[in-house]
Amino acid sequence: MAEGTLSWERVQVEREVETVSRPSLSYWQDAWIRLKANRRALFSLFLVIALLAFTVLGPFVWTVDPAAQDLDQISVPPGADRTATVADDYAPWRGVTATPIEGDGGPVAPATVTVDGHPTTHSVRLYWDPVPGAGGYRVYRNILDPEPDGALGLPIAEILSPANVSFEDRLDLKALTYFYSVVALDDGGQESPSYTTVTADVTRVITAAEAVEKGLVEDASDLSPGDTVKMAFHPLGTDYLGRDMLARLMHGARVSLFIGIVAPFFFVIIGILYGSAAGFMGGRPDQVLMRFADFVVALPFLLFMILLRILFNVESGDSGIGPMLVAMVLLSWPAAARLVRGQILQIREEGYIGASRLLGAKTNYLILRHMIPNTMGVILVTLTFAVPSAIFTEAFLSFIGMGVAPPTPSWGSMCNEGLKTMLTTPHELIAPAAFISITVLAFNLLGDGLRDALDARMRATE
Amino acid sequence: MFLYGVKRLIQGIVTVWFIATATFFAMHGVPGDPLMNDKAVQPEIRANLEARYGLDKPLAQQYWIYLKNMASGDFGISFTQQNREVNDIIREHFKVSATLGILAIVFAAFGGILWGALTALYRNRMPDIVIMFLVILGISVPGFVFAALGQLSVVEINDWLGFTLFPVAGWGTVQHMIVPSMVLGLGTMAFLTRLMRSSMLEIANSDFIRTARAKGLPVTRILRKHQLRNAILPVITVLGPSIAAITTGGFVVELVFAIPGLGRYFVQAVQQSDYTVIMGTTVFYGAFLVFMVIVVDVIYGLVDPRVRLE
Repeated sequence: MAEGTLSWERVQVEREVETVSRPSLSYWQDAWIRLKANRRALFSLFLVIALLAFTVLGPFVWTVDPAAQDLDQISVPPGADRTATVADDYAPWRGVTATPIEGDGGPVAPATVTVDGHPTTHSVRLYWDPVPGAGGYRVYRNILDPEPDGALGLPIAEILSPANVSFEDRLDLKALTYFYSVVALDDGGQESPSYTTVTADVTRVITAAEAVEKGLVEDASDLSPGDTVKMAFHPLGTDYLGRDMLARLMHGARVSLFIGIVAPFFFVIIGILYGSAAGFMGGRPDQVLMRFADFVVALPFLLFMILLRILFNVESGDSGIGPMLVAMVLLSWPAAARLVRGQILQIREEGYIGASRLLGAKTNYLILRHMIPNTMGVILVTLTFAVPSAIFTEAFLSFIGMGVAPPTPSWGSMCNEGLKTMLTTPHELIAPAAFISITVLAFNLLGDGLRDALDARMRATE
Repeated sequence: MFLYGVKRLIQGIVTVWFIATATFFAMHGVPGDPLMNDKAVQPEIRANLEARYGLDKPLAQQYWIYLKNMASGDFGISFTQQNREVNDIIREHFKVSATLGILAIVFAAFGGILWGALTALYRNRMPDIVIMFLVILGISVPGFVFAALGQLSVVEINDWLGFTLFPVAGWGTVQHMIVPSMVLGLGTMAFLTRLMRSSMLEIANSDFIRTARAKGLPVTRILRKHQLRNAILPVITVLGPSIAAITTGGFVVELVFAIPGLGRYFVQAVQQSDYTVIMGTTVFYGAFLVFMVIVVDVIYGLVDPRVRLE
């Protein structure tokens, strides 16, 4: 060969290329970065975690039994004084007698009424001047000043002998200021038009034996009369039966959050199965399935919750959480199913599904690998928004007495109980209502944040 | 449009049939029976009573009778209140609930549109921040808390004024209606405010608003004629479902304010297991809600011509 062979060789060219790249992020990593940038959503996420910790870990930290009644502290608001003075055991009082004074004309009120000794939660002792012509006396007790309306309060004693001019009150005394009013009665039992009022500032006392029994001190010999001891501590006060509010809120949160989270979880799963089946089959089956879902949506939700609750008859001693959960799942799945179906119909037309099918992907693979993961964002948002509405439903049902059966506490039933004493002890209503509101608020804000982070198209106009 | 209405109406009737059927079988599955009393009933009397209430017939026949009665608008007789027809109960108490509900929804709709428009106009400024904070509160606080707080504030107002401006409970005069309907509408109003705000902001970015601005139309005219009108449309669509929310919310408000409405009656019937009243009221409410949604949809079709094309 005369001519040399030509050899083709690649020429190495080194060129600086500006690379515009960042590490490839998965959908979820990307969403997490966006969520982290949203301060409000992040705050609500922490709030949700704190609420869960309150429910799950709370009872280990605050080990008070939510059903235990502290009869010394009933309807006590948070931060109330809880000191008690150690006193001797209760000693009976013989009372004060006086010779009845004959008199004419109607009886008038006693000239003076005196509190004997120091009024304590053991007893308040009153005696008064005999009234001429009186056939007996009547004693009233009020926790408010009878002036100016002459509201004397409850008639607490009826003394039918004019010789007896004293009264010892031992009825359910609390560390309050009481207003005792004494009126005289004539022989016919008619009250005198005037009355005499005395105030008694009752101090809480406890005997050494009681203090030991309640576990406030180790040994009775450590205490001598006049010492002070601290009564059991209730950070958020107690309810109308003397039960610790904090412990009840923790256990109530269990019910409320359990229903609030588990019910949406189940109906979303049913919704995914039903919706993806309908969306994927398409055509006639899809229409039939979705028409049925439409019917279920049209059922008046709360009315049917009540009907189903009656249907799953709650046995006595049963908390009624199970029936409520089942009823909620039975009625709530169609919304999730509709949503998933819509998403599936949309995704089915996407290019990557066609590409995957071209590569020989089977239907199951398409559904599991492409369709469901791609609807997860929307589903997660729905789930988050379903939590507040489930909590509201539980609270509503418990509030009208169709929810969780007592003695199991739930936030809704606690509100129901608190409503009755709203005017005198508002803390019994405020605490559970605040917990419901904070939880619902946290899940709503978290839902907003997740929606913005997961789906840019659905992002709210801010 | 007419065809659309007829189609929706037929769908509605089928839905009501479904509700009635579901109610019938749900109530039939309840353990125990309505004649079970604390007193032991002799078998003959029991048989007589069963015959009287038609409970001796086979289930399919009972269902058929039930459907026929429902179709002719007869809901039966109350079990606990002797000889009182469920129709009478509904007729008497629904008026009250409907008045309360209508007032609440009017209050919610006007409030929602007004506040929503305001927040959109003052976007990210003080009024927006304050109102949206209140809206978040309104969405997060359960209705019965509003009811309790409403009643509490009525007490305070009356105390402060020294006379009874708003009665604390009961029904009858206009003063009785104001506070309960406001309390009832509050949650829906918060929801509608949020919707109106995002709708207003969305419309503000649309082409036709830019065109109107480019033409040099005055700002108030753009707002009134172009932005508000279009922004209200989504609010109308959710009014239907809102009626459902207000109806059930009414139960609580009626309980708290001691209003003699159908909702309170229903709760009582549930507590006394008065089956005919429960069934009648459920079907009645169900039918009412279904047709309200249809009415709202048809109105929406009239307001927005684009819907009719579907």
